[in-house]
Amino acid sequence: MDENIIVSLKDIVVDFDGQKVLDGLSLDIHDKEFVTFLGPSGCGKTTTLRVIAGFVTPKSGNVFFDGKDIADYPPYKRPVNTVFQKYALFPHLNVFENVAFGLRLKKLPEEEIRPKVLEMLEIVGLKGFERRSIHQLSGGQQQRVAIARSLVNQPRVLLLDEPLGALDLKLRKEMQLELKRLQREMNITFVYVTHDQEEALTMSDTVVVMSGGNIQQIGSPQDIYNEPRNAFVARFIGDSNIVDGFMIKDFLVNFGGHDFTCVDRGFKPNEPVQVVIRPEDVQIVPPSVGMLTGLVREVIFKGVHFEMHVDVEGYEWLIHSTQASQPGELIGMNIGPDEIHIMARTEV
Amino acid sequence: MNKKQSIILQRTYIVLIFCFMYLPIAVMIAFSFNESKSRSNFTGFTLDWYKSLFHNEMILSALGLSLVLALVSSVLATVLGTLATIGINSMSRRTQLVVNNISYVPVVNPEIITGVSLMLLFVMAQNFGLGGDSGLFGWPTLLIAHITFNVPYVIFNVGPKLRQLDPSLYNAALDLGCTPRQAFFKVILPQLSPAILSAFLICLTYSIDDFMISYFNSGTMQTLPIAIYSMTRKKVSPEINALSAVMFCVILAIILISNAADSRAYRRNQTAIRKAMQEEGAR
Amino acid sequence: MLKSKTSRWLAGPYLVWMAAFIVVPLFIVIWYALTNADGQFTLENLTQIGRYSSVFARSLILAAVSTVICLILAFPVGYFLSRLRANKQHIMLMLVMLPMWMNFLLRTYAWMTLLEKNGLINKFLGLFGIGPFNMINTSGAVVLGMVYNYLPFMILPIYTAMTKIDDSIIEAAQDLGCNVWQILWRVLVPLTGPGIATGITQVFVPSVSTFIISRMLGGGSNLLIGDLIELQFLGNSYNLNLGSAMSLVLMVIVLLCMSFTSSFDESEMEGVM
Repeated sequence: MDENIIVSLKDIVVDFDGQKVLDGLSLDIHDKEFVTFLGPSGCGKTTTLRVIAGFVTPKSGNVFFDGKDIADYPPYKRPVNTVFQKYALFPHLNVFENVAFGLRLKKLPEEEIRPKVLEMLEIVGLKGFERRSIHQLSGGQQQRVAIARSLVNQPRVLLLDEPLGALDLKLRKEMQLELKRLQREMNITFVYVTHDQEEALTMSDTVVVMSGGNIQQIGSPQDIYNEPRNAFVARFIGDSNIVDGFMIKDFLVNFGGHDFTCVDRGFKPNEPVQVVIRPEDVQIVPPSVGMLTGLVREVIFKGVHFEMHVDVEGYEWLIHSTQASQPGELIGMNIGPDEIHIMARTEV
Repeated sequence: MNKKQSIILQRTYIVLIFCFMYLPIAVMIAFSFNESKSRSNFTGFTLDWYKSLFHNEMILSALGLSLVLALVSSVLATVLGTLATIGINSMSRRTQLVVNNISYVPVVNPEIITGVSLMLLFVMAQNFGLGGDSGLFGWPTLLIAHITFNVPYVIFNVGPKLRQLDPSLYNAALDLGCTPRQAFFKVILPQLSPAILSAFLICLTYSIDDFMISYFNSGTMQTLPIAIYSMTRKKVSPEINALSAVMFCVILAIILISNAADSRAYRRNQTAIRKAMQEEGAR
Repeated sequence: MLKSKTSRWLAGPYLVWMAAFIVVPLFIVIWYALTNADGQFTLENLTQIGRYSSVFARSLILAAVSTVICLILAFPVGYFLSRLRANKQHIMLMLVMLPMWMNFLLRTYAWMTLLEKNGLINKFLGLFGIGPFNMINTSGAVVLGMVYNYLPFMILPIYTAMTKIDDSIIEAAQDLGCNVWQILWRVLVPLTGPGIATGITQVFVPSVSTFIISRMLGGGSNLLIGDLIELQFLGNSYNLNLGSAMSLVLMVIVLLCMSFTSSFDESEMEGVM
C-alpha cells in the first residue's frame, strides 16, 4: 500500500431508509493534502465526510486510517476532527472553554491547556477574545473559533463540512485564503466539502467531483476544469458548451457540420462523441472566415466580458467575449485544436 | 375618523379594560387597611388585619404545607419529566404521538375531571385496603395528584427545546472526544437547563395555585387555596384582603426582579454583538 | 445521535406513572358511571342525568355567553397591544398576566365584596340616588366572574396571533380598498383564527366546569355542572356513580367543543401558512 495514503475508503455503501446515498464508493486521501469533495446537494459528499468522522456507519465497506480499519470506531476514538456547517459551538461555554474542550477531555494539566489554547486563538486571529461568549461573536469569528477548537487537538485530518456556507461573499473569499494558509502552516490533511465549484478550484490540491453517491472524477483543479471526464463534470465545473459529434479518425472530429482538428485519439472511427468547448475558448471572426457560423440571439454585459447566446444549427452556444456583437448579427466562430475536449457519449 | 381620534379611542379602551382587571384587586388591597370589618365603608387606617393574618395558625400551616408540597412535587415532576422527554425523543414518531396525546389529557381536561378521576382511583385503592385504617387521603394523594398534573408541563417545556437543539452539537462533542455519556452531561444538559429551570418554576406556581385538584384529594389536609376557600365560606374576614395584598406584592416583586434581570442580560448581549460587528467591519 | 435505544428506557418511569395516574383513572370514571353501588352494570346513572338537564343547559349557556363576551372584549386588546412598540408591549403583557398569578379564589372573592347588596358598587351608585341593585347571586354575576377570571386566557392567544401580522399586510388591505370592517373580517379575523380557537377553548372549558364561581357569586340558585359533580363526590348527595356519569358527560361536552375549535384551527392554519 502507498505509504503516503492516510485515509482510504473501500466499497462504502450507505443507505438511509432503503435509499442508497453512497453506492460502493472507494477513495484514497493522501497525507498533507487539501482534498475537496465537490458536488450538488444530495450527491453524498457530506455523507462521505461523516463516514470518515464516524457519525454515519456504512452498511458495508471499510474505512482505513493509516492502514488500520476503523469502521467500528466511535467518533470520539478517531484521530480526526470536524468543523461543522453551522459551527456547532457550545453556547454555554465561552471562546476559551470551547477551544479547551477537547484538551480538558484528555485531562491535560491546566498549565498545558492555557498556552495551547492561546496559541491556537492567535493563529486563527482571535487573540484577546478568550472571555467572549459565543453569542457575542460575528459569523466569521464563530467560524474561527470552530476551526481553533478542532485544530488545537492536533488531528491528523481536519474535516470541514461546508464551513463557509453561512458567510457573505467577501468574508468567504477572505476565509478561503485563510484556510489554505492554515493548512500549509499546520501541515496536516484537510478534507473539505462544498457545492461551490469556484471555492473548490481555488483551494484544493485534489478535487473529488461527486454525483449520485459516486465519484465522477478525481484530479487536480486544472485537470478537472480542462479535461472533464464526462458531461456531468463538464456542466458542473464552469460554463461549457457540450455538443454532439463523431470522431472521423484520431485527431479529427466532426461537429456542427464541420471537421475540426483536435488533440484526442483512441476512439473508433465514426464513434459518436460529445465535444466540450468552454465559452471563453471560442474566437469570434467575420462569418466568411469562420469554421462555424451562428446567429447572435442575446448579449448580456457581465463586467469583465460579454455573455452571448448564439444559435448554431439549433444548438444554443454560450460565448464569452470582450467585444460585443449585436443581437441578430451573423458571426463566424473559430476553435483551436487545444480548446476542443472530446468525451465518450454518455447518457446524463 | 382621523388617526388622532382613533389613537385616543384605543388608549381609552385599553385603560378601561385594565381598570376592569385591576379595580377589584385595588379595592381589596385598600380595604385590607380598613379599621372596621365593613367592606364598603372606610372608617380608618389599621395594620391589625396583617397582624392577625401572621398569627393565624390555619393560614400559616396551610402556607407551609403548600410550599413543601410545591417544592417536593415540582422537583419530582421535573426529574420524571426530563427523563421522560429524552426517552420520548428517541421513540418512533407514532409512539411519540400516542405518549404526547395522553400527556395532554391533564392539560386540556377540566381540572374537576382530573380531580375526581384521581379521587376515584384512591377511593378504589382504599377499598382494597391500601392506606390502612387512617385511609389513603392526605400527603400521598396530594403528592401524587400534584406530580401528575405537573409532569406534562415539564414535557411540553423541555421537549421543544430538545428538538430545537442543533444535532451537530452532540456530534461535535463526540468529535472532540466525549463518550456519549460525557456528551450528554457536558453539552446537552447545560443546553436544556434553562428550559428545565423554567419548567420547574411553572410547576411551583401551578402547584401553589392549584385548588380544584387538591380539593378532591386532600382528605382533611388544607393547602393554602383550600384554606382560602374555607375562609371565603365564612362571612366577613378582612384577613383575606390582607392576604391578597401580601400575595400581590410578592408576585409583583418576583415579576419585576426577573424582568429587570432579563432585560439587563439582553442589553449587555446586544452591546457586545454590536461591538463584534464593528470589529469585523474594521478588519 | 441522541436517539439511542438505551435512552428510550429513561421514559420508563413516566410511562408507568402516566398509565397509573392518567389512563387508569379515566377508565375508573367510565366504570363507575356504568355501575351501581353494588358494582352491577347499569345505565341508570346516565338516564338520571336527564333530571338535571336544566343545570346542564344553564352551564352551557353561561359558559358560551362568557366566551363570546371575552372574545369581543379581548380582540381589540390583542390588536392594540400588538401594534405598540416592543418595550411597551412587554410591559402591557406583564400587566395582562399579573392578575392571573393571583389565586383565582381571591379574585372571585373580590367581586363578592363588590357586588354585595351593601357592597362598594351599590354604595357608589347610591351617591347618585340609583339602586341599590340586586347583583350578587344572579346569573349575571356568574358571567361577570367567568369573564373576569378567564379574560387573560383569551387576550394572550389572540395577541400572539396578532403579533405575527405585519403592518404592511393591513396597509396592503387598505391600499386595495378595504374599509375598517372589511379589514377586520377579511384580514384580521382569518389571520388570528388559530389564536381565537385557542382562546375559545381556554375560556369555555374552565367556565363550563367551574363550581367556585357559581358558588361564590351565584348563590344557591345558579347551580352549574361543576356544583353537581362536587355535590356527588364531597357534598351532601354523596353518590360516586352518579358523579362519574356527570363527569363523563362533561368530558364529552369538552371533547366536542375542542374538536370543533381544533377543526377551525387547522383549516385556518392552512390559510396562514
